[in-house]
Amino acid sequence: MSAEYLITAALLIPFVGAVLIATQHRSPNRRETVTLVTAVALFLCVLPLAPQVLDGARPGLNVLTIMPGLDLRFEIEPLGMLFALIASGLWIVNSIYSIGYMRANNEKHQTRFYVCFAGAIASTIGIAFAANLVTLFLFYEILTLITYPLVTHAGTQEARRSGRIYLGFLVGSSVTFLLAAIIWTFSLAGTLEFVPGGILAGSASASVMAVLLALFVFGIGKAALMPVHFWLPAAMVAPTPVSSLLHAVAVVKAGVFCVVKIVVYVLGVEHLAALGSADWLPYVAGFTIIAASVVALRSDNLKRRLAYSTVSQLSYVILATALLAPLSTIGAVLHIAAHAVSKITLFFAAGAIYTAAHKTKVSELAGIGRSMPITMTAFTIAALSLIGVPPMVGFLSKWFIVQGVVQSEQYVSLAVILISTLLNAAYFLPIVYAAFFQDPSASEKQANHGEAPWPMVLALSVTAFLTIALFFFIGPVLELARQIAYLPQ
Amino acid sequence: MSFLTSELPALQVAVPLLTAPIVLLLQDRRLAWAAAMLASIASFFISILLLDAWRGGGDLSYAMGGWQAPFGIELYIDAFAVLMLLITTGASTLALGVAVVSLDDEVPAERQHLFYTAWLLALSGLVGIIVAGDAFNIFVFMEVSALATYILIAGGPQRQALTAVFKYLIMGTIGATFYLIGVGLVYMMTGTLNLADMELRIQDVTDLKPILVAGGFITVGLALKAAVFPLHSWMPNAYTYAPNAVSIFLAACSTKVALYVLLRFDFTVFQGNLPGHDVQFSGFLMPLAVLAILAGSAVALSERNLKRLLAYSSIAQIGYILLGASFVSVTGLTAGIVHMFNHALAKSALFVAVACLALRYGGSSLKGLAGAGRQMPLTMAGFVLAGLSLIGVPGTAGFITKWHLVLAAIETGGSGFVFVGVILVGSLMALAYVWRVVEIAYSAPATANDDVSEAPWWLLLMLWVPALAGIYFGLQPQLPLELSGEAAVSLLKHLQ
Repeated sequence: MSAEYLITAALLIPFVGAVLIATQHRSPNRRETVTLVTAVALFLCVLPLAPQVLDGARPGLNVLTIMPGLDLRFEIEPLGMLFALIASGLWIVNSIYSIGYMRANNEKHQTRFYVCFAGAIASTIGIAFAANLVTLFLFYEILTLITYPLVTHAGTQEARRSGRIYLGFLVGSSVTFLLAAIIWTFSLAGTLEFVPGGILAGSASASVMAVLLALFVFGIGKAALMPVHFWLPAAMVAPTPVSSLLHAVAVVKAGVFCVVKIVVYVLGVEHLAALGSADWLPYVAGFTIIAASVVALRSDNLKRRLAYSTVSQLSYVILATALLAPLSTIGAVLHIAAHAVSKITLFFAAGAIYTAAHKTKVSELAGIGRSMPITMTAFTIAALSLIGVPPMVGFLSKWFIVQGVVQSEQYVSLAVILISTLLNAAYFLPIVYAAFFQDPSASEKQANHGEAPWPMVLALSVTAFLTIALFFFIGPVLELARQIAYLPQ
Repeated sequence: MSFLTSELPALQVAVPLLTAPIVLLLQDRRLAWAAAMLASIASFFISILLLDAWRGGGDLSYAMGGWQAPFGIELYIDAFAVLMLLITTGASTLALGVAVVSLDDEVPAERQHLFYTAWLLALSGLVGIIVAGDAFNIFVFMEVSALATYILIAGGPQRQALTAVFKYLIMGTIGATFYLIGVGLVYMMTGTLNLADMELRIQDVTDLKPILVAGGFITVGLALKAAVFPLHSWMPNAYTYAPNAVSIFLAACSTKVALYVLLRFDFTVFQGNLPGHDVQFSGFLMPLAVLAILAGSAVALSERNLKRLLAYSSIAQIGYILLGASFVSVTGLTAGIVHMFNHALAKSALFVAVACLALRYGGSSLKGLAGAGRQMPLTMAGFVLAGLSLIGVPGTAGFITKWHLVLAAIETGGSGFVFVGVILVGSLMALAYVWRVVEIAYSAPATANDDVSEAPWWLLLMLWVPALAGIYFGLQPQLPLELSGEAAVSLLKHLQ
């Protein structure tokens, strides 16, 4: 099938799926089947594009021209390819998990949930394949709006409050900073297309580039750089499948994806390095890494701890990108993938613990490894991956980032990474220890709850397996990352 | 057919004007509505034909009765006029489409034919303002449309409609009088009332002080009519207490026509001829525009009545139009003029949604709308879609405006970034007040009002046409941008 058809299919399938899901409101089984079939179909459309991109092809699709200089256009390059693969692949797993979770907890409004989920994936593919800033911005905003009903799913006062924070921070940052940056870029460069090496060479001074970079980085609220990160912990009020979507599959990944894409294809890595306009960013990212890890350490609520861990891990990607060195760029890209599979496992585990044992706090998890061995083993694997222990994939991304840091002689950043690794261990390992090596409380022993329903356990086993498998089969991902880091200018 | 095409400018005014007495004679409300609707549709059709004619042959000039200007009355139709005609006649047709359902709750059946008569007079007045080529006929049509509009607003069912109309009447008359004083002063100095002729003759005038004073009077007078902050106080009540169909019509076009006259008059007569006037123009209007955006949005945030919320939102949106115009650049004027079109689409859709909600829930207080999201999903979905255009989300018409406005602000240089901030903060505030409505509508109902059903399909159609048009023109804005760009260029040509 020609690449154009595949791209069109990849964009339309989740959208059509969303519409079909809405029609199957009355029959839950058929509705769930539509979700799974759509997810698999999407992955099967995205996967064949990967070999073409690895070979150096850049398949594209023109949709329409809005105004002269503003086109709705799609073009796949290595970074977008990777993101699309992650999103479409993990959607399948997340759907299986969601089915288990929503049914076990007897959630309301399930149709709305699956429709918005499909819509979110559709927007994510749009972001991944966008060929210019306009298309990217369009789908970025759609993603925010379509995930709002997911965040406020519970319909409670608290959920609505959190929804307001979610929307306020994300749309606030994008309309104020990101849009300003995009229009300013357009007035400077005359175009918004993504070009390797950037489009601003020669049109912007060092200080203008620095301000633009700041506007972009803080305008992309989904990358959760402090202080535009508050939406993330607020969104924890949502059901766990939504949290895993937000943190692993779509929303935060879209954020860091946009940051990397803009640095590489709009601002230009070499251009930024020559002007020194990005010198401030490693420090800001470093602060976020440490501060978020400290808050995670002090959080007793498990999802809140995982949320701040995400904030911290996202800034790893931003830090690595900001160093503007090929090795750290490879590490940044690898970390997008590594964090995705690791974090989704952790959230799956958190949701399984809630569903089976009705526990949400870290302090309640003593001995739970005995009644939920598969879940906690998966949790351990994912936690070790984020700490950076081989043979989990998280080790590989950290390895490249550290190499890049050492090569650019950024010793402050090196210290930041080392300290945060220790902090990661400090807030993950006690959970593992408590789960397996502490005696369960009396009520826990009485409850005798066992594992969560099988779809949930299956999903988290798959992602845990991926966390280890990717360590050994990192080849294609590494190749995509290399292509981004060593782009012909 | 060619006879008709050559008489189109006159027909644009004549069709609604001459249908008005016919409607007056038709006592039955359905017949009266049908006649008014036919006249409105015909006017819209004529506007489209004028668009075609303009595209084919450039600006159209029509001499009434064959007597040439400057002694005869000239009708002049350029790109700006075509755009305004499309907005006005389109809004009238849409609003009449809603009126057939919504008016029964507001105006007694035996008076509705009088209402539709006034409607057609208002439409012919607004259209007359747009096509008139001389300053005095603009005044005549301004008075016709104003008086008819007062009647329309007074048709509202609540007592406060009368006090709202009274306030509008006083302020509107002051505005029109100021305009007339200004025109009188210019006539005194130039000896002509025809705008094109004025532009030539004014260059021979030695004492420019009366011209400057005239400029001041005309600007303030028209600003009153256009509800420019801080002369806007008549507007919120007028929009709130008018019948819902009237709110749709007025919100879409009435203040914009006044802005149209302001821009045309100012750029044609004053800009090129008064030294330093462009700086005065910007210097006067820019801060007012900024205040309108910020204050209008701020008040909208705290409003508890949906119609008044949307009225204050309109004050802010007029601020955007003025801000674009005050940049006195092609991009800026394009932004301001295209926003007249884009805002008309968004606001008319929002007020149609209000009409749908009022039909089922009675009244337009925000608290009464709790649960509307679940009980009237299509109505609220249309509301959200139009609201997104107001916020300026990409993919909507409002985004096109925002794009051009921010570009124009950046083009003005260093201080332009303050305006960029204002524009974007305005978007945020729009997000806040639209989302307030969304939250209330989608939260649990305060009273278990289970017998509320979706709005009738006809009203839903009236809602979704402008809502979807807002998306269409957000992705394919060629038509409004072509007209606005041409309008901006021809307005600025007078500066040379």
